[in-house]
Amino acid sequence: MLRFIVRRLLQAIPTLLILSLLVFVWLRSLPGGPSGALLGDKATPEKIEALNKVLGLDQPIYIQYFKFLGRILSGDFGSSLISGEPVVAEIGRALPATIELSLAALLFAVVLGIPLGYLAASHRGRFLDNSTVIGTLVGVAVPVFFLGILLKQLFAQDLALFPPSGRQDVTIDPTHVTNFAVLDGLLTQEWDAAADALWHLVLPAVALGTIPLAVIVRITRASVLDVLNEDFVRTANAKGLQAQLIRRRHVLRNAMLPVSTTIGLQTGLLLGGAVLTERVFVWGGLGSLLAQGIERRDYPRLQALLLLAAVVYVLVNLLVDISYAIIDPRVRAS
Amino acid sequence: MALLEVRDLRVVFQRRGTEPFTAVDGVSFDVDPGQTVGLVGESGCGKSVTSLAIMGLLPSRGNKVSGQVRFEGTDLLTLSDKDMRDRRGRDLGMVFQDPLSSLNPVIPIGLQVTEVLERHRGMSRKAAMVEAADLLGRVGIPDPQRRLSEYPHQLSGGMRQRALIAIALACRPRLLIADEPTTALDVTIQAQILALLKELVRDTGTALIMITHDLGVVAGLCDEVNVLYGGRVVEKAARYPLFADPRHPYTHGLLASIPRLDGARGEKLVPIKGSVADNIPWDHGCAFAPRCPNALPVCREVTPELEAGDVRSLRCHNPVLPGTPAAQEVPA
Repeated sequence: MLRFIVRRLLQAIPTLLILSLLVFVWLRSLPGGPSGALLGDKATPEKIEALNKVLGLDQPIYIQYFKFLGRILSGDFGSSLISGEPVVAEIGRALPATIELSLAALLFAVVLGIPLGYLAASHRGRFLDNSTVIGTLVGVAVPVFFLGILLKQLFAQDLALFPPSGRQDVTIDPTHVTNFAVLDGLLTQEWDAAADALWHLVLPAVALGTIPLAVIVRITRASVLDVLNEDFVRTANAKGLQAQLIRRRHVLRNAMLPVSTTIGLQTGLLLGGAVLTERVFVWGGLGSLLAQGIERRDYPRLQALLLLAAVVYVLVNLLVDISYAIIDPRVRAS
Repeated sequence: MALLEVRDLRVVFQRRGTEPFTAVDGVSFDVDPGQTVGLVGESGCGKSVTSLAIMGLLPSRGNKVSGQVRFEGTDLLTLSDKDMRDRRGRDLGMVFQDPLSSLNPVIPIGLQVTEVLERHRGMSRKAAMVEAADLLGRVGIPDPQRRLSEYPHQLSGGMRQRALIAIALACRPRLLIADEPTTALDVTIQAQILALLKELVRDTGTALIMITHDLGVVAGLCDEVNVLYGGRVVEKAARYPLFADPRHPYTHGLLASIPRLDGARGEKLVPIKGSVADNIPWDHGCAFAPRCPNALPVCREVTPELEAGDVRSLRCHNPVLPGTPAAQEVPA
């Protein structure tokens, strides 16, 4: 298993290299540039050229790229052109908020999605199944930001059940340990802080988790239906095993293979949704860094963020592969 | 009283928007303790559906089962799902056609054997593991202790079928149903599996229903044979009279289409023309009539009944004459 993991990590290196090149070139092919954005109204062609020289943007692009590559190999991603702060520090500060939101959304999607998908499959063609299928169809079709605004309006403004924005109430003065608000509350035993952070998480997590939830439900349902038709389920029934044991031991485990792939893919996609959700709920994670960075053409910050997304994607895929190997002995062998 | 008495078993599949399809159409037969009974016929004749109906393994929706399946006097068709689960695996065991897909690919062989022991014999996992190794050894799997922790894909086809047989016989059922257990295997392995089944049935006194399209299997194994066509029994006899003197043109044709070692050189095999029709075949005359070399006008008008004689039951208006050699007479 360890060799498998190491091999997969080594395989990821060329992937990331190619991605870094694409990101680098893509950013520079966007119209406008950081100099123009930084100078704003005062920009003249001469001033822009001068600033480009200071920033090293006047050099040929391949030289810029190799310099960039050399720097990031030594861990230096440069400083943000907006804040002047090293982007690693910037991202490090905002990352926990995004991870916390993404994990909560994922948890919501998985914990609800798998049982719901299973339930729909075992009630195939009946009311519960049909309504689930229709519900998930709506779920995948609703844009994240729209759902976010809707939830906020209904549950935060009209019903006032949940806070409309932010990660924690301003009246709470939590001790920061990891910058994961809920985790910090638990670690420091500041229960009210943890509860409040959790409370703030609900609406954004639901907004962000709805699409993955719908997808997971659909895949679980289809996958369970497939497995229910397998010969070995018939064998299990021929043994007279209790229905519940068959479900747990024979059906679910086999049905989890495609579901784990889906969870992986959805986790990768969460990052995109997180940016929008964070905007709606003023979450202050990577979303605002990214949005601001794109507006101002902050190359160093954007490069780091996009590479981070790529790394996350690669790692999630690795996790999916590992889960495959755990679930299916045939994968382990090959 | 016979161990199993199947009476007028009828299975109708019905899906919304489609015509109902009668897969099994009034099948009756008995199985005595220790007896081996064959259900023979080509694909689609209803033999597998019959076995699934006996086991209560047909899908819960989309079909209607009627008639009686009396096992030691109890009609299995009237039992609740729970009561039937108590019996399956304990009183009735079943071996399926494709041993690879019939085993769970992600669970070790050992657990797949022990779960039935834990379920019906109340054994602990530990005791069941010991018993499982013993069972695997008894069905001829070498090094059974090691096999317990292996997965189905690590076993050969023959081994897998042996493992399935071990699972089916783990709780010493009084009736074993084998649904084409050798179809997916190499010829040499087929012979081994059949020999194993024969031996186990003899040693344990288990009654066996052998479902097959392969008359060679029947000849080597079965005491009594039911030949099915279009969901009905067309000929029923003990093994010897059936092979020596097949009377139904269908049985006759099946035997004629088998290559024989003692046939003349260059002799051609005689196929049965056409194939099983998918529609309801027994409403207007004999379902086999369109393919039958002996068909008379009456065959297309009057549905023949199964008439019991001394040595056989036969459903035919114009049976093959006694003593007609199987391979020569039917025109190609």
